[in-house]
Amino acid sequence: MTVHRIMGIETEYGITVPGVRIMNAMATSTRLVNAYARNNIRGRQRNPKWDYSEEAPLRDARGFDMSRAEADPSQLTDDDMGMANVILTNGARFYVDHAHPEYSSPEITGPRDAVLWDRAGAAIMHRAAQYTTTDGVDLPILLYKNNTDNKGASYGCHENYLMNRSTEFSSIVAWMTPFFISRQIFTGAGRLGIGQQTRDFQYQISQRADFFETEVGLETTFKRPIINTRDEPHCDAERFRRLHVIVGDANMSDTATYLKMGTTSLVLSMLESGFLEGMDMTPTEPVRSMYAVSHDISLQRRIPLTGGRNWTALEMQREFWNLASKFCESEYADFIDPETIDVLFQWGRILDRLEEEPLECADVLDWVAKYRLMEAYRSRGGLEWSAARLQAIDLQYADIRPDKGLALRLEERGQLVRMVTDQEIEHAQFHPPTDTRAYFRGECLRRFPDEIAAASWDSLIFDLPGKESLVRVPTMEPTKGTKALVGELLASATNAADLVELLGA
Amino acid sequence: MPQRENVERKSTRPTQEAPEEQVAPNQAATERKAALDAEVDSMLDEIDDVLEVNAEDFVKSFVQKGGQ
Repeated sequence: MTVHRIMGIETEYGITVPGVRIMNAMATSTRLVNAYARNNIRGRQRNPKWDYSEEAPLRDARGFDMSRAEADPSQLTDDDMGMANVILTNGARFYVDHAHPEYSSPEITGPRDAVLWDRAGAAIMHRAAQYTTTDGVDLPILLYKNNTDNKGASYGCHENYLMNRSTEFSSIVAWMTPFFISRQIFTGAGRLGIGQQTRDFQYQISQRADFFETEVGLETTFKRPIINTRDEPHCDAERFRRLHVIVGDANMSDTATYLKMGTTSLVLSMLESGFLEGMDMTPTEPVRSMYAVSHDISLQRRIPLTGGRNWTALEMQREFWNLASKFCESEYADFIDPETIDVLFQWGRILDRLEEEPLECADVLDWVAKYRLMEAYRSRGGLEWSAARLQAIDLQYADIRPDKGLALRLEERGQLVRMVTDQEIEHAQFHPPTDTRAYFRGECLRRFPDEIAAASWDSLIFDLPGKESLVRVPTMEPTKGTKALVGELLASATNAADLVELLGA
Repeated sequence: MPQRENVERKSTRPTQEAPEEQVAPNQAATERKAALDAEVDSMLDEIDDVLEVNAEDFVKSFVQKGGQ
């Protein structure tokens, strides 16, 4: 059992241009992404398109399979006229989704890397916004890593976990529902307001909770379900499913992101191993319980479970933690990897601290850090909870500008714990993780920017000089294309044609 | 739990070499609270400088379209 698996995190950012009454969110988001592409993709003559095609003839060669694509090169090399989309040298995708700029991290294998490449995404967003102002006369674009405008709209921060296809979906529903309901106590980013339209100015733990209306479903933009059934594994669908988690808040705190990804991955490991068979922790009113946990910052509210049990979110999390610890000890005592040990330790520690005094967790949890600021500001100024300045603090906590964002100011002062350094974040903006197929994607884009016509999670399409047809290289195995597997190959290829030749050899 | 021990040890300063100087729990909590309050106070001074000038307009004009 381990926290390690193929995972990813994708964040839609709130976007606004101060001083503009009616902003076209789609056009502004497009301007943002294009500004980044124009200014930051050095030496690249072209911006590779996203390859939507799903054709994937399978033939194993170090994880890659090749086929001559039939498309006419001119169809693909045209400048992108539709929605802006950039595939980055760090293996990520930066694009416009609905009316928001979105950053989808490269495939990573653990929670610390999730923190790192997620923060790289925020840094890329910030850089892009700066380019829009240096580009010319345009007004500055402001970006927020939050999940609601408090006026009825919500946008997501989704997690993805690759898991065994053989795990029954019904057991995923049975166990991930109570897990998602209760994990809010450390994943919540805090929100001043109750209800989708904000009917009361009361503080709650989660940005996202009030936007969930059903238990299981395919939708992501309305009637949002606690368990989302979207199932595009972007790899061999016979063997894997990709659990698409849409309940999470976008976190500013490194610790919150780390715990969110790490603990979820651990619980999925228990599910995959069958360790939880014969037990249950089924909430009788999942959607109402989601709200109940989020609306109670004292963490005392009891959640009705089957069998007449009534547990607090803390008790539910404690049970998950106990099970995970027991499982690790009994099954894998001698060879648990350090990151798994660390996740278990940090998870247990935050539960201890929350039990002792939730409001003292401001150095690690977003919802507490923001609450502490608001409460102090409110009592100092004798303000009502409905005061505009408190709502402004709620928003500005998630501002991604280092000089304006309150979470980033707290970090600067050492009041919010950081897990990754500025140098690491800078590096991760331009370099892929080395232990997934994102390495191959990112490195190809970095080395051969002019010879790649299109790319996606599971393919790269090369446009080689002197060749009439394009060459599509499927990358269907997320665990291949790593530095260990293709590092030497990439280093020995002097150009893209060379590489394609070597891959086919 | 070992974890809890660590948390308390950190917040009550080193106790291993001089256990007789161990601070009473109440006093420790008070000290910890005072330290936290001082932290928050210094941040509040900064917030007024950092916060968008017209909070009401700023909050009102932050209107988003729904996403995923």
